[in-house]
Amino acid sequence: MIHLSLPAALAALLAGLGVYGVLARRNAVLVLIGVELILNAANLLLVTAGSRPGAPLSAGPVITLFVITIAAAEITVALAIILVMFRRTGHIDLTAVPDLSDEPEPAGEGAP
Amino acid sequence: MTTRDIVFVAVGAVTALSALLSVTTKHVVHAALWLLVSLGSLAGAYLVLGQELVGLVQLLVYVGAIVVLVLFALMLTRAPIGPHAEIDTPRWQRVAGAVLGGATTALLASLLLPLFAGATADLDRPSTTTPQIAQAIFGTWVWPFELLSVLLLVALVGAFAVSRIVLQRDGADRHDADHPDHPDHHDSHDDGDRTAATTAVTSEPGTGRVG
Repeated sequence: MIHLSLPAALAALLAGLGVYGVLARRNAVLVLIGVELILNAANLLLVTAGSRPGAPLSAGPVITLFVITIAAAEITVALAIILVMFRRTGHIDLTAVPDLSDEPEPAGEGAP
Repeated sequence: MTTRDIVFVAVGAVTALSALLSVTTKHVVHAALWLLVSLGSLAGAYLVLGQELVGLVQLLVYVGAIVVLVLFALMLTRAPIGPHAEIDTPRWQRVAGAVLGGATTALLASLLLPLFAGATADLDRPSTTTPQIAQAIFGTWVWPFELLSVLLLVALVGAFAVSRIVLQRDGADRHDADHPDHPDHHDSHDDGDRTAATTAVTSEPGTGRVG
């Protein structure tokens, strides 16, 4: 037997830590680490809710597996974008002033 | 406090502490490694909660794939080794972030703790076993499951396309500016140079002039 308020409290704590990680980091990859923590808080909450007696359709663990899959897809695209950003700007600092000079590309920054 | 409660408190303390370290450490690579510890011990928490399938998938996908992908991204973006103050926002912004994170925790806890106040799960007679999860995935949830496979394919193609499109723009711009006479040769040469340092996906020589 386990009291389900313990995993619920851990999920709340992980979500708060993830929000701090997103807000306190400048490195784009480290911001993604905060996003992963928030997603894991959601997963833990789903598992917790799914292990209450009488939860229908096995929804808790099944949706947790789906969220894990979506997280894998999300981080693939996000890391591809971060690598492109590094190749074009030479850094992955999210607070840096964007380089608006048209020197490397004559078409301009806003061109599709 | 039952035995499972005590075990969960121990595993949860490891999870929370390593999560805290992964968002506060000044070492870039250590942040990813602490994330690995945090997600691994969260898999242990799933085991304590009686969901061994979710715990093992967590171990396989998160610890095995996602953290390794994050480590690769850190290496490819030339993450500095050693303590580095440049990865954090200014102090006032971190204080604001801590306040907002604490507010998020307080909000969620004030909502969830009364909701789960008296709830217990008898894990010696679990309500959801692995065969039941399998039957639910391939019965009730089969269409979301199939859609997820499409989503994974779209994410794969999307990640590939993002890196390719920008590479071609780089190559075209470079060729316009520098070498108007030999577009194809310079284009593919430039692509090869750039992709060699980035990802294995985009560095195949046959894909140098797609589209």
